[in-house]
Amino acid sequence: MKNFISILSIFILASCSSGKTPVEEGLENQILHWGNGSEPQGIDPHIVTGVPEHHILIGVCEGLTITDPKGGRENLPGVAQSWTLKEDQKTYVFSFNPNARWSNGDRVTPEDFVWSWQRALTPTLGSQYSEMLFYVKNAKEFYDGKIDDFSEVGVKAISDYELEVELENQTPFFVGLLAHYSTWPVHKETVLKFGEIDDRSMKWTRPGNHVCNGPMKLKSWELNKKIVVEKNEYYWDADRVKLNEIHYYPIQNESTEDRMFRAGALHVTNVVPQEKCPVYLENKNPSLRIDPYMGTYYYRVNTTLPHLSDSRVRKALAMGINRKLIVEKVSKCGQKTAYSFTPPGTSEYYPDTVVEFNPEKGKELLTEAGYPNGEGFPTIEILFNTQEGHRKIAEAIQQMWKVNLGINVEIYNTDWKVYLSRQDNLDYQISRAGWIGDYQDPNTFLEIMRPGRGNNQTGWTNYEYEKLVAEANKTSDQEERYKKLMEAERILIDEMPLIPIYTYVKQFQIHPDVKGWDANILDHHHPKFVYLERD
Amino acid sequence: MIGIILRRILIAIPVLIVVASITFFLTRLAPGGPFDAEKKLPQEVIDNLNEVYNLNAPIYEQFYDYFSNVLVGDFGPSFRYPGRTVTEMISTGLPVTFELAFYAILFALLIGLLAGTIAALKRNTFLDYFPMAIAMLGICVPTFLLGPFLVLIFGIYLELLPVSGWDTLPGDKILPSITLGAAYAAYIARLGRGGMIEILGQDFIRTARAKGLTETKVVINHALQGGILPVVSFLGPAIAGLLAGSFVVETIFQIPGLGKFYVEAAFNRDYTMILGTTIFFSAMIIFFNLVSDILVLILNPRARDS
Repeated sequence: MKNFISILSIFILASCSSGKTPVEEGLENQILHWGNGSEPQGIDPHIVTGVPEHHILIGVCEGLTITDPKGGRENLPGVAQSWTLKEDQKTYVFSFNPNARWSNGDRVTPEDFVWSWQRALTPTLGSQYSEMLFYVKNAKEFYDGKIDDFSEVGVKAISDYELEVELENQTPFFVGLLAHYSTWPVHKETVLKFGEIDDRSMKWTRPGNHVCNGPMKLKSWELNKKIVVEKNEYYWDADRVKLNEIHYYPIQNESTEDRMFRAGALHVTNVVPQEKCPVYLENKNPSLRIDPYMGTYYYRVNTTLPHLSDSRVRKALAMGINRKLIVEKVSKCGQKTAYSFTPPGTSEYYPDTVVEFNPEKGKELLTEAGYPNGEGFPTIEILFNTQEGHRKIAEAIQQMWKVNLGINVEIYNTDWKVYLSRQDNLDYQISRAGWIGDYQDPNTFLEIMRPGRGNNQTGWTNYEYEKLVAEANKTSDQEERYKKLMEAERILIDEMPLIPIYTYVKQFQIHPDVKGWDANILDHHHPKFVYLERD
Repeated sequence: MIGIILRRILIAIPVLIVVASITFFLTRLAPGGPFDAEKKLPQEVIDNLNEVYNLNAPIYEQFYDYFSNVLVGDFGPSFRYPGRTVTEMISTGLPVTFELAFYAILFALLIGLLAGTIAALKRNTFLDYFPMAIAMLGICVPTFLLGPFLVLIFGIYLELLPVSGWDTLPGDKILPSITLGAAYAAYIARLGRGGMIEILGQDFIRTARAKGLTETKVVINHALQGGILPVVSFLGPAIAGLLAGSFVVETIFQIPGLGKFYVEAAFNRDYTMILGTTIFFSAMIIFFNLVSDILVLILNPRARDS
């Protein structure tokens, strides 16, 4: 008993506050504390997927280009200091920055990119983003095993400082794609030191082994606790990097993250708890930030079902939803009503489609389709993955369709993987969905609704739409291209295989000491532009 | 007694095999797979991933391969965290979960036994009703409510203790240990009270008192050993419950323990991780129940005889 009391006393004495919070200490030492959602799968850019992984990768590695942190349409130089497009409009030549270095001091060469892209396209590696490189000539053929010789793929080191990339077709958004981590390089010697080209074990990414070419380098990794990266002195733009370290915390619980922020343990949070967002907005919490985000929250419609195969029914459903009410009274955290699939402003693309809230017209359309006042229309089911926010929206829409259109609706929630499986097998009627763009171009949205695409998942096929999107992707004149995409978007909204509800926003808390954290719709925050300073 | 222990160990082996086999087939039967994601992967990518992880093989072959590897201590790679093995993840999270469970049970025993003993000695007085009412509250209040409440009071308003973390800031183990241990403290208090009341009414206690021993000596030297028997029986399942049930506390306090992996593995359909943690936790439950039974046999001669 005495021993136990001693232990307890030490425990209590040790609990005396150390005085400074991590945020205060961070300001003194330029250490950023960042709430990073879930534990990252890893930091091999050719294997991982997901946002928390990207937050770390954007610090430790760098591709040919980087996105503009202020949200501009043009990409900024990364490893490539400049690039030119040849007359054929499908061959790029990237000139490398002679000072680009790996974190071990080796020079980053065009050959590194050739090998890295070969790795990303090696089928046995099982890269989940290999299709990002399918725009490169013969890349898909190599991935599918139709050709074995990688030299036939359209990526070549034409000198010590120049990389030539030949594309299948004109692809105006290709440079934008290069800011995605799946196209970034890996250090060949390090990867091969710990395994083969297709080794998924990622041992090379462990602290002590890891070599990459970003503004920061990996210092430590405590599973489920914290990942620390520190300034990379070999980075070509190291003079601009002010942060000495970034500490990434994998915090999945929104409330825990919120408490940590309030207690001065974090500079930036990943999210704001849904129930607290309206309160923070009302109280004008100065830490709350709501930035635009390139994502759409929508409902998929299973167009293969008889009662939902008629576009008039789908349009009626869309017209029966009061989006303004949903963003103001249900989601309540700055979301914007959505009237198109592509979020307006994506690379300066502003779709002109309209989805009006018009129950009367909706009823007329239902009558035309053979369901006057909703009579005879089967009870429909809204499927969503278990989450309180989705439930509230589904309940609101259930009520709106009942009152506005006379349709009976049941809502059904399932575990995440069951939900995905049911969507994939078209085993649903109406299903909640969200789509976040990978790169800044409308194609990242409109592409998925082309017939036969894995993420279409509505059974909807429209060959006019397919033709327009395909043509747009081969058009180098941006104005002409956007015209075609806009036409495609109009068909999509007119046919309504998906019902847009709102455009996502990025809601998070940020300490006033954090500077250079500019809003951009991709939510990319390159560490070399971020620093800590008290006003 | 050795015979009993050996018999229990022999029973444990088929129990583990059955648990692992059922889990193996249940994971494969559950809809959705480890590579399903909101952004659906092209079929050729899924095929390649299935090939990499041997998921293309017939189910009986997968079953045979998996358990052949388990027998040599290889639980396979995690599907969710490529590059990490299940053994590595268990060995990383386990010490933290053990430490958390240890402090929680320590807290539960100290508070629970103290409250239970006082309540038994001061039967039907304020010192009986009050701790027992608190104990009832402790049993009823779930950890997901108690944890944030304690954080709010001691972490945010009073700024006395860290709100999260483990081995990061001084004192960051106090609130999670109390949160996890509170309900167990309450159970122990009630069990301890019952046990002590029963023992305090026995003839040998009356004899001890008649010999002129002080009440403290009667309680500590004579009553406590028998009084805590129900508590000792409870400790086995309690420790197993603490280990397997630490998920909520680990989430609230951002603790890098095993509980988080266990629950997330099920959501992620991380087959090997689900199996590895299930086998491991099953073994732990069996082990701690066995330890608790052995302790009861040591403390209670009547149990030995029967």
